[in-house]
Amino acid sequence: MSSERAVAREERDGEQDTDPDPVTTGAESVVRALENAGVEYLFGVQGGAIMPVYDALFDSEMTHVTMAHEQGAVHAADAYGIVTGKPGICMATSGPGATNLVTGIADADMDSDPVVALTGQVPTDFVGSDAFQETDTTGVTRPITKENYFASDADSVGDTVGEAFAMAARGRQGPTLVDLPKDVTNGDTDAEPGPAETPPTYEPSETAEERAVERASEAFTDAEQPVILVGGGVIKSEASEELRAFAIEHEVPVVTTMPGIGAFPEDHPLSLEWAGMHGTGYANMALTLTDCLFAVGTRFDDRLTGGVETFAPDAEIIHADIDPAEISKNVEAEYGLVGDAAAVIEQFDAALDESPETEAWRAQCQEWKREYPLDYHIDEDEPLRPEFVVEAVDAATDDDTIVTTGVGQHQMWASQYWTFTEPRTWVSSHGLGAMGYGVPATIGARLAADEDQSVVCFDGDGSFLMTCQELTVAAREELDITVFVLNNEYIGMVRQWQDGFFEGRHMASDYNWMPEFDVLAEAFGANGYRIDEYDEVEDTIEAALDDDGPSVVDVHIDPQADVFPMVPSGGDNGRFALRGDHL
Amino acid sequence: MSSDEEPPKRGLKGPAPEERARPEGRRNSQGIRIDPDVEAEQPPRRTTITALVSNQPGVLSEVSGLFSRRQFNIESLTVGPTQNPDWSRVTVVVEEPDPNIDQIEKQLDKLVPVIHTRELDDDAVRRELVLVKVSADDPQRIHAITEMYDGRTLDAGPQTVTVELTGSERIIDDALDAFRQFDVREIARTGHTALARGETKTSIAPDRVKTDE
Repeated sequence: MSSERAVAREERDGEQDTDPDPVTTGAESVVRALENAGVEYLFGVQGGAIMPVYDALFDSEMTHVTMAHEQGAVHAADAYGIVTGKPGICMATSGPGATNLVTGIADADMDSDPVVALTGQVPTDFVGSDAFQETDTTGVTRPITKENYFASDADSVGDTVGEAFAMAARGRQGPTLVDLPKDVTNGDTDAEPGPAETPPTYEPSETAEERAVERASEAFTDAEQPVILVGGGVIKSEASEELRAFAIEHEVPVVTTMPGIGAFPEDHPLSLEWAGMHGTGYANMALTLTDCLFAVGTRFDDRLTGGVETFAPDAEIIHADIDPAEISKNVEAEYGLVGDAAAVIEQFDAALDESPETEAWRAQCQEWKREYPLDYHIDEDEPLRPEFVVEAVDAATDDDTIVTTGVGQHQMWASQYWTFTEPRTWVSSHGLGAMGYGVPATIGARLAADEDQSVVCFDGDGSFLMTCQELTVAAREELDITVFVLNNEYIGMVRQWQDGFFEGRHMASDYNWMPEFDVLAEAFGANGYRIDEYDEVEDTIEAALDDDGPSVVDVHIDPQADVFPMVPSGGDNGRFALRGDHL
Repeated sequence: MSSDEEPPKRGLKGPAPEERARPEGRRNSQGIRIDPDVEAEQPPRRTTITALVSNQPGVLSEVSGLFSRRQFNIESLTVGPTQNPDWSRVTVVVEEPDPNIDQIEKQLDKLVPVIHTRELDDDAVRRELVLVKVSADDPQRIHAITEMYDGRTLDAGPQTVTVELTGSERIIDDALDAFRQFDVREIARTGHTALARGETKTSIAPDRVKTDE
């Protein structure tokens, strides 16, 4: 908090005035609505059209974190939403402020992360006149928000913000946006916003239809090779406990999607970890050969299914999701169970007369684990393997450590070689695949995490370069985070695809020049480290983790390291490549 | 690790793709399990979907944006007020395979301002209106054909005649074919609007939504 604000706060608190002052403007009503909703942090960047709202924040107990760029604000809010389950709030001014949010809003939409974006807008009379910093923000963000709003008057703006908050959180979560014209936020009103509520027409179904559950449970009992496929919806619905109990009681192998990582402990014998393009061989084998798939809270993204023609082609699919539009969207489900994951798992468990007989199937899954281990070749004289670094950081930190990532090869290595055991410890950009997610997400995750919980980021050199300016925020706010930049001086995933599918023609994937990230970090006020050799790994990781405040470790890895297993885009999950010559 | 064999320098160890167990079945490109010998695809079907929506800014753009971004093939889209001033009715004619028709309904339903969506039965009452402007070379024959299709002449001048026709899509198509013998200058069609037949309700508004019915 700025000292100026602290002084003002002290003066005001000195008056022993515990009741909040009555609302007098639209902007104050916006702030009151957020306070009523229990908001603690806001991430944003100031600007002309949003100034009235910022001015109203001056007197609020909520903490505003000034970010370097609006994309940083929305990614931080997104990560905050992932870790807490409550909507993360981001703010930006009109025009460029709002358009800079677009990437992060699209990311939240793809991953169903709860985010509320508040954007300034030119005064209502100027709307449509191509005024300075005017953009049709609701028009631009309509396809990438769960719902968006154009605030029409000062009296209702607080309720609108409350509704946006409730909509982001309820049912299938997602981003919402409220566009706030300056005359509305400056306008006089004494209307205190009511509680944050969704509109009466919004009625997500809590429990699935009983008959459908019964029929599905019969199919599940009869299965010989069942798999539970766990998506991010299980974490979002706080259903991890129910899911764990269910899978363990009925002894059914568990595969997660990438957003589902952490819903089931990866060190449990029933866990096959995660499936899809770079998922484990054993998860992909099990998905390919299962005869009954109980899928909960997943939308069957193409990175999970590969070509749908060969996705679990022998399986009857039981698909539980809170969003009816996801049932049979990409893959036909024989049984559609529309409801909240936690409630549906409970219903399903209650309806299940008998566990499926899975002994032989489980043995087969264990056999696949032996056949397709995630393992890598170490040669101390060769450049450092990224997988080794991920495992070393995992070993040096507690189980509840939160891992954030950018997007690319490093993201895959982190998700493959880190052993996740707790929900809400994996924070990444999945559906949108937004490079640059890492550093700002780490800031949001740090503020959302418990104080004694560690937060580490695995980033790539390309991803890091897109948003590393947010380190200035981490330094200013003294946030204890550690960023490991797995640096191969390539857009590595593109380089890998060029080797596999474009005859090794490295067009625009080779950076040829990268700044020294440890030195850059120090310029931002963070601690900088560098690792080149195997024998530096352990000590440097320990030193970086021990530092209070932000640290960046520039890890120079084998530039030729590839991510395997790999299912080529649209390919057959069961025919994942283990080496380049399998592609 | 469980096996003593060293992993290769690049990549992972394990059986090659062709050495692995294979599933017996297959799905089609719509994700439906099929007999591997018959690659059945659902043929497109033409149907009318009706949606009751609440009147709020941007609702039409939300609906039309949905169709464009999900690449649904729409023949026509009409919108207009209803008996309740807070609501509008959107009528869409689509031509899509069945799984997609189902998806259109569900995706429409998901939009927050959409109160109710359904696919209309075959017996629904459907109408379309068209205005056609032709050169007034042969006023009597124009009049005769207009009468034949129960149309009305809205404007008749020395150079042009403008005629209004309403009917089902087939009647309109036939009428327009007949008018093509004249010099057709301009055509404006409204696209379909429709209601369910008889006692069947076209849309069901939930009790919690205020209704003046």
